[in-house]
Amino acid sequence: MLVQLARRTAILLASLVVASILVFWFMWVLPGDPAQVALGTGATEEAVAEMQARFGTDRPVPVQYLDWVTGLPQLDFGQSYVTGAAIGPLIIDRLLVSLWLIGAGMLVALVIAVPLGTLSAVHHRRPLGTALAGVSQVGIAIPNFLAGILLIGLVSVSWQLLPAGGWVPPDQDVVQFLRRLLLPALSLGVIEGAVLARYVRSTVLNVLREDFLRTARAKGLTPGRALVRHGLRNAAVPVVTVLGLQLAVLLVGAVVVERVFVVPGLGSLLLDGVANRDLLLVQGVVMVLVVAVLLLNYLVDVLYTVLDPRLRATA
Amino acid sequence: MSSFGPAPPPGTSDPTLPVGAMSSGARRSLPASLLVGGVLVGAIAVTALVSLLWTPHDPLLVEGSQRLQGPGAEYWFGTDRFGRDVVSRLMVGARTTLLVGVVAVGIAGLIGTPLGVLMGMSPRVLGETVMRFNDLLLAFPALLLAVMFGAVYGSSTLTAMIAIGIASIPVFARVARSGTLQVLASDYVLAARSAGRGPLAIAVRHVLPNISGLVIVQASVSFAIAVLAEAALSFLGFGTQPPTPSWGRMLQEAQELVAVRPFQAVAPGASIALAVLGFNLLGDGLRDRLDPRLDDRRGA
Repeated sequence: MLVQLARRTAILLASLVVASILVFWFMWVLPGDPAQVALGTGATEEAVAEMQARFGTDRPVPVQYLDWVTGLPQLDFGQSYVTGAAIGPLIIDRLLVSLWLIGAGMLVALVIAVPLGTLSAVHHRRPLGTALAGVSQVGIAIPNFLAGILLIGLVSVSWQLLPAGGWVPPDQDVVQFLRRLLLPALSLGVIEGAVLARYVRSTVLNVLREDFLRTARAKGLTPGRALVRHGLRNAAVPVVTVLGLQLAVLLVGAVVVERVFVVPGLGSLLLDGVANRDLLLVQGVVMVLVVAVLLLNYLVDVLYTVLDPRLRATA
Repeated sequence: MSSFGPAPPPGTSDPTLPVGAMSSGARRSLPASLLVGGVLVGAIAVTALVSLLWTPHDPLLVEGSQRLQGPGAEYWFGTDRFGRDVVSRLMVGARTTLLVGVVAVGIAGLIGTPLGVLMGMSPRVLGETVMRFNDLLLAFPALLLAVMFGAVYGSSTLTAMIAIGIASIPVFARVARSGTLQVLASDYVLAARSAGRGPLAIAVRHVLPNISGLVIVQASVSFAIAVLAEAALSFLGFGTQPPTPSWGRMLQEAQELVAVRPFQAVAPGASIALAVLGFNLLGDGLRDRLDPRLDDRRGA
């Protein structure tokens, strides 16, 4: 098992290096000079040269890459070409906001998916099961930003219950924080819950056919108790896996939802960076998102091996 | 499947028996999902085709006197804030949606499938190495890639299509490779080999026909993801640019009016949802029909 862990860790490290090269190459080498991009096509040659010297973009590309990539572990992402501000602290600030949103969204998703998926599995091939599977199929088809707009229209505009957007940090005012978190979290979570419900349904369906469940029933447990005590626990492993992978999806989904609700998260930072042609900032945010996805995949892999002994021998 | 992020690895990807298989147990009857999915996709295709010849109004015509009309006889779904007819814009938007899907899935399938077959047939070490790189690319979701493309090359329908297509290549490569490995292990390939057939002949005569079902199912699912991605991108302003109608863009314009005209969001929103639903159901139904791996599970 240790050998496997070492192997997976080595793969993760290699992936991180390759990913950093890809991101750097894409953002820097392809479009021409970042100073030129930041200043626009109308800039004079002197202005571009001055900017290149100031930010060191006149150095050879490999030197620039090494400079950038060695700063990453210390969360040094360089300085924005547009505002001159350090990018690292900015990314961390915004990431915290996004993490609140994603965490709350995941919670909403679980609260929806586990009962919905279990019910539709238990009622497999019966009207209720089919109806629930249909509901989750429709849920999957709704983009999270559409859910956001509809929620704003209904809850904020028609009922005037919650604010339509904005952000208050939790250490400032917890009530206002929660009031502003609820709608974006619902937009992310309801749709994600529909996706997750399908996995819950299929794993519970598989578990229902297992021998140990029949044994549990034979021992005199009611179907409900057998399912809760033996079934759901066994169904949890694959669901946790998918949950981890879906976190990565939520990370990207949050980019759009943040825009709908004007939440100052990582996604807003990314889109603002693109709008201001702040390539180093965009590069930093993209790198953070990709690292997050790779790390999540790695953790899921490792957790999976730890949780399920059967996989240790074969994987 | 709602989002356009990385797909779970094959071991964990087990997104249920298809809905259709469940509701209509019989193997040979047309699954409900295939039927509903086919009708929805067909309706969108017909709408897009009709829009080439006829729309109720000029979708680009700005009429100041007709701004924000409610639904009625003249404008079935009303007009937007520029006085443009919503139905006409939805119809032309269907064209944008299908174009993006076809091009993106085309790029992904035409590059990813041969790559996957090639890697399945090449020596194990090479195949594994390339697939590791392939997995790494899965860490770049379509939306992220398209935003990067937009930052560098400017936003347009074209950059969105290409970015979504590139982001979908790894999924096709993975599906094609795993299918290829299965086919290569079969007796008929062994027979073909011993009869002296070369790798190319085996790839074309045995592998491709046998994995085509898997690839078609993936194409349908990827199409749904592409529709969602294009809508999200246009919503964010990174996809189709005005004045060309696009459902995502219409939704973005509707959001600004949600306080006064909530109905504006319903039509483009429902169009996106129905398109995604259609392609997802079609994929489910086709999987039920075409994926041989489901045979053993279906009996259970």
